[in-house]
Amino acid sequence: MTPRLELKNINKRYPGVVANDDISLSIMPGEIHAILGENGAGKSTLMKIIYGAIEADSGEIYCDGNLVERHNPAISRQLGIEMVYQHFALFESVSVVENIALAMRGRFDLKALSEQVRALSQRYGMPVDPKRIVHDLSVGERQRVEIVRCLLQDPKLLILDEPTSVLTPQAVEKLFETLRQLAAEGCSILYISHKLEEIQQLCERATVLRNGAVTGVADARTTSSLELARMMVGSELPKTSHPPATPSSEPVLEVRGLTAEVAEGFGVSLRDVSLSVRAGEIVGIAGVSGNGQAELISYLSGETIAEKADTVRLLGQPAGHLDPARRRQRGLAFVPEERLGRGAVPTLSLQENAILTGHRRGMVRHGLLDRKKAAEFADHVIRRFSVKARNAQSVAQSLSGGNLQKFIVGREIELEPKVLLVSQPTWGVDVGAAAFIRQTLIDISRQGTAVLVVSEELDELFEICDRLVVMCAGLVSRPLETAETNREEVGLLMTGLDKTTQSRKEVDLALHD
Amino acid sequence: MRFTIEQRPEPSVTMRLAAPVIATALTLFVGSILFLALGHDPLRAFHAFFIQPISTMNGLSELLLKASPLILIACGLAIGFRANVWNIGAEGQLIMGAIAASGIGLFWPNPDSVLLLPLMFLAGMLAGMAWAGIPAFLRARMNTNEILVTLMLTYVAALVLSWLVHGPWRDPMGFNFPQTALLPPAAMFEPFDYAYRLTPAIFITVVAVIAMWLFTDRSFMGYKLTVGGAAPRAARYAGFRESSAIWVGLLAGGGAAGIAGMAEAAGPLGQLSSTISPGYGFAAIIVAFIGRLNAFGIVLGGLLLSLLILGGETVQITLGMPSAITRILQGILLFFLLAADFFIFYRLRRLKEAV
Repeated sequence: MTPRLELKNINKRYPGVVANDDISLSIMPGEIHAILGENGAGKSTLMKIIYGAIEADSGEIYCDGNLVERHNPAISRQLGIEMVYQHFALFESVSVVENIALAMRGRFDLKALSEQVRALSQRYGMPVDPKRIVHDLSVGERQRVEIVRCLLQDPKLLILDEPTSVLTPQAVEKLFETLRQLAAEGCSILYISHKLEEIQQLCERATVLRNGAVTGVADARTTSSLELARMMVGSELPKTSHPPATPSSEPVLEVRGLTAEVAEGFGVSLRDVSLSVRAGEIVGIAGVSGNGQAELISYLSGETIAEKADTVRLLGQPAGHLDPARRRQRGLAFVPEERLGRGAVPTLSLQENAILTGHRRGMVRHGLLDRKKAAEFADHVIRRFSVKARNAQSVAQSLSGGNLQKFIVGREIELEPKVLLVSQPTWGVDVGAAAFIRQTLIDISRQGTAVLVVSEELDELFEICDRLVVMCAGLVSRPLETAETNREEVGLLMTGLDKTTQSRKEVDLALHD
Repeated sequence: MRFTIEQRPEPSVTMRLAAPVIATALTLFVGSILFLALGHDPLRAFHAFFIQPISTMNGLSELLLKASPLILIACGLAIGFRANVWNIGAEGQLIMGAIAASGIGLFWPNPDSVLLLPLMFLAGMLAGMAWAGIPAFLRARMNTNEILVTLMLTYVAALVLSWLVHGPWRDPMGFNFPQTALLPPAAMFEPFDYAYRLTPAIFITVVAVIAMWLFTDRSFMGYKLTVGGAAPRAARYAGFRESSAIWVGLLAGGGAAGIAGMAEAAGPLGQLSSTISPGYGFAAIIVAFIGRLNAFGIVLGGLLLSLLILGGETVQITLGMPSAITRILQGILLFFLLAADFFIFYRLRRLKEAV
């Protein structure tokens, strides 16, 4: 049988990153095929290449045995490839059928289309009222609209990008039934996820990606979660060579029962989060991003103010009510995930960006800027962290992501903080510099700084952290001693397989629906 | 052949210098076509537009007289604009400043007091700030849109002015014209020379330009505002308060506009009338942007706009062109200036045909 879709040696690189490294895979008609990998493994890039939204640097795509020579989304749709994005593209102020009509080619008759939508949605067991305004629909219903929109095109291959990340368990079950029905009718399904359990439940085969390359193709139904997790997060042994921690007895950064409800679709609600970091140790937060890390970090940095001051404690004092400036005054420093626009002002020079958080270190006198001091500080950071920039006058946005990251990490470390929060410390940074940043983090922790690291890279966390917690769906796991745990345990916690948290999650989500 | 617009990796220094030259050349070119089509000699028209207005002492005096409030207000507004605080109601703040200053000038018990001018200056500034303080309070507390509030308050201010000059403050000896009595001499700036209208009030503008440069380029507060405008999330990350940017941004513009209103009343006008400003508050927005929100750029922008206003009057008088033509020419020049600026940060790239 000819595969529905076949990829041969797909390569795609972005400056400094290989997003897809020589990827080949094939999907048969009627097959439900999983693409499994951590965030940043290259899944989304690959899907966009298949859909034609971006172009591969090299490689070939065959559809039903025919080489696809020119590719773009319009051609995809001619070929019968449809994609449901992770983030929906619906107009909220108009009705379901009008939204669907917008995506149709040529003329349409709203009345007939309504009937078609109704019939189709009934047939696949996902009822949608075509007349309702999208604004009033729940997230699950919106996804149905997206899927119905694709199904109207009578697709031969349906791509779903992390479709369950916004769904309740009940909605997931319904979605799976629909997908199985579709597959039984001959439609191939490419299912992108990092959730092992779902993939085992739904898919026949799974292609596992790590760092942009295929690490294996497995039979999803017979391979154990442990094995899949290992393929996904990698099994190289950590290069831990850091001196033992001598942490303080009292925590210097503490979160106590932080709960923060967020309206659905506006982020992840934090649920009774507690954790503590002592002076002299590095604590890592593992987890696939989008599970509440960003929200938690912004409560810690002060960009979001907590309702109760006591839920965040800094150096033994309640700090949840303090703004970022006051927290910094008390000795907090923070490297955010986004470098441009948050950690640095894109249009300002490095020297000016040094002032952003370094202004307490003598760069401001009598309300006036001391540009010389700022330049000295910036030059020092540039030298110590080997930032590749012409000089301190270079504009932040002219630097590569990795180099700007080095500058921001360096700037925050040079502030000699008592507590350092770091999000994704080595994202996009080359191997050598990443090692240096990790070593520096270990060094300052051994000098008495409390360091909290959020990272998607398990290898990195295992290499530098003394303790780990795992975040999943707004919940934080119990702390694990890095020396006493392993990737498998963490990997399972990351995908929500831990029995205790899983049952709680289900209860909460069920109440939600 | 297809083209795409892409951001330059770094702003082009060549284009930064060439942009005004290119804009001027294009304006002269398109303007010539326009004048030829209307049956005028382009050379004469341009002479009347750009040379004639400033070839006399009086012309120069008028140029500075009109540029002064434009530059003063633009300096204040630019501080807000740099922080993404959009005060477009400087016209109303100018009117309130003029009203408050004139009120002091007209009704102060001792009309010969040397304190009169300083008091009027203060009153004008505070009234402008108060009028801008309303949208600042509403935005900081209730997140209202300051664009709408400042604009609407402009109409309120104009109506207050109209009520005053038609009603309680109308000059009883003024043949029913909607204007107040003349301000006493001690409440007015004395011109440098009675042959011309320019007064030492221009020094206020000079001081404002220097203050604006110091504030934006040297002060920490100015730095915070710049960060807040260029990258709001970075400002939040660093802990710079948005509300202080809103207050400073609006009060700076309001204060400057209020002072400009005071200087108009106490300068060339000498009284309050229903048409206190020919739209300086709105024109200053353009000046701020021509000057790229930079103190010295604003000086050039103010002089340019002032020249365009004067030139427009000259061609109407000497060549009998309709006023619409002068506004078209002003529009063409501003368009090309801003369009040329675009290429400092962006460039056109030819797309290779996909294979």
